Amino acid sequence: MLFPKVALAAMIETLIGQGYTVIAPTLHRDVVKLKPITGSDEIVRGLRDLQDGGRYRLEEGDGTLFFEYVVGPDSAKCYFFPPSQELFAVDIQNGRFAWDQSRTPIPKLAILGLRPCDLAAIRVQDRVFAGRKPAGEVKCEAELYYERIRAQSILIAVNCTRPGGTCFCDSMGTGPKAADGFDVAITELSSGFIVEAGSETGMSLLHKLPVRDPSSAELELADLKMELARERMGRILDTRDIVELLDGNIEHVRWDQLGARCLSCGNCTMVCPTCFCSTLTDSSDLAAERATRTRRWESCFTHQFSYTTTGPHRHTIRGRYRHWMRHKLGTWWKQFGTSGCVGCGRCITWCPVGIDLTEETAGIRGSYPNTVQQSVSPLQNEVTK
Amino acid sequence: MTLAQSETIPPAVCGLDTWMPLPARILDIKDENFNTYTIRLAIEDEPARNSYRWAPGQFNMLYVPGVGEAAISISSDPEKPAELEHTIRGVGSVTRAIKKMGAGGIIGLRGPFGTSWPTEGIKEKNVVMVAGGIGLAPIRPMIYWLLHHRDHCKRVMLLYGCRSPEDRVFATELEEWERNSALDVLVTVDNATVNWTGPVGVVTHLLRRVRVDAGHTTVMVCGPKILNRAASWQFLQLHVQPEQVYVSLERNMNCGFGQCGHCQYGSKFVCRDGPVFRFADIAHIFAKEEI
Repeated sequence: MLFPKVALAAMIETLIGQGYTVIAPTLHRDVVKLKPITGSDEIVRGLRDLQDGGRYRLEEGDGTLFFEYVVGPDSAKCYFFPPSQELFAVDIQNGRFAWDQSRTPIPKLAILGLRPCDLAAIRVQDRVFAGRKPAGEVKCEAELYYERIRAQSILIAVNCTRPGGTCFCDSMGTGPKAADGFDVAITELSSGFIVEAGSETGMSLLHKLPVRDPSSAELELADLKMELARERMGRILDTRDIVELLDGNIEHVRWDQLGARCLSCGNCTMVCPTCFCSTLTDSSDLAAERATRTRRWESCFTHQFSYTTTGPHRHTIRGRYRHWMRHKLGTWWKQFGTSGCVGCGRCITWCPVGIDLTEETAGIRGSYPNTVQQSVSPLQNEVTK
Repeated sequence: MTLAQSETIPPAVCGLDTWMPLPARILDIKDENFNTYTIRLAIEDEPARNSYRWAPGQFNMLYVPGVGEAAISISSDPEKPAELEHTIRGVGSVTRAIKKMGAGGIIGLRGPFGTSWPTEGIKEKNVVMVAGGIGLAPIRPMIYWLLHHRDHCKRVMLLYGCRSPEDRVFATELEEWERNSALDVLVTVDNATVNWTGPVGVVTHLLRRVRVDAGHTTVMVCGPKILNRAASWQFLQLHVQPEQVYVSLERNMNCGFGQCGHCQYGSKFVCRDGPVFRFADIAHIFAKEEI
């Protein structure tokens, strides 16, 4: 099906009318961020991003296109696994506990503009937060929150027709076309949006919009654009035997070099759409009558992350970077039966010193880095227009 | 080579959900040494108290409202679940706050979490337990279990080392166990005092005094990192199979069920896949720094 671009406004109105909070790419301090919107005019349009190691810039793009940029720092993780979430409060009266379980209602979200890599990342986090126990078993607060918000949210994906400079979803098998896990998937052409429903909810949403059947030329063009995107990925990651590769190179000299470059700032873990580590923070009011427990995103790059009374277990940056990368690309497989990396490239773009895990993997492998040697996004030519 | 049978570990009994602790009352506090104490706890909720079961080697998360939570091994007799004890070194904010609350205080408890020492797999074997310092706390339930099921195993030996005679935890019991003919107990200290007549030196030195029947021995080790390494390696050198060496490890823990990421050890979550590991399962990463 195809619907005209003006109908995007109707789609958003319909969703808001159904009680959804619509989250979409908005412009926020020169960065495309996923934020709640009230109308389609708030969606970023006519801009494209230039991404490279440690670099993110927006420039004028094709004014007729909405989704010429790819991923910004935000992903669905910001909503399904909130950066800070109060788990419970307890009132302490005469040394006894009175649990306060009054919970803020779980929002119904419609997230628009998720890329195929983001959908893959949601599937990875599903395994972390919801895949641990079969249905019917006792689940914890955070798991129930995750399950409910996932179940009641709508995902509107956008297929990628122009990959970013740090993208390598093709290497990870997650893009540039969304295979499943969406309610609606959009492929943008100049003439409109080619849409595909991935669920009953998505289908009924599309039926409320002025859709028509696309011409065979339009369908062919959409396929061609995605095929070109596949060929023009900014990065390539060779994943052959990657678990064994990382297991067998625990003392590789590359880790020493990384330890010297990495600032241990934790940016990569914050922008990663699959990183799931958290820390429980307990606090109380001054009278010590009410205590709250909050779960916050945590980064394995911090000193306190592995702290015990004998000191931090990973006391060097080398050790912390190695842990993160081995986990993301290697040990994640044993833990959750999937790679922890979806090829979105955020950790490369938002690393202040431009550390590139595709390059590091190639370095450990002993092969020449497979990165595209261009300082800005490689795909700015006519073919994709 | 006999592999340990899959052990039956009781499911976690928690509060209303697994992040929410059950209130438990501190019945009494007993000092073990200058910074270590043992608390006896009773879960406030009666049905939960009565159904609470755990296996030797498992741990609980102990919570002080507004202060935080700490992972603490259960140190009491598994067959007396009503007398739930934890032996704690008061060196952090939570562990000092528990001490300060004293008897009658209410803390939170989640658990039990983690794997336990093998029990089925040690049938008709010799058992050597090696502990250092407060590492005796997670071993103590296993000693009780072995005393209850003394015919299950052949020889049962405990090798314990600590800094000085005053630093021994469970000192009275250690002396009882030394007199008990069902157990072979050797205690060594790094620094002797005038009244000390036992061995002096690190705990692995005690191994020189022991004859190990490598093919029929299961080893359980719990202590600081250096002891875990030295003891495991020494038993492997004596040809004990890596499948028969068990080590209990320590890591920073927040959740207890493999979701917060803090305790990762290679592909393992120490809270869920450990704390008791079979050496054979971690041989490839054992003693690798910062894994």
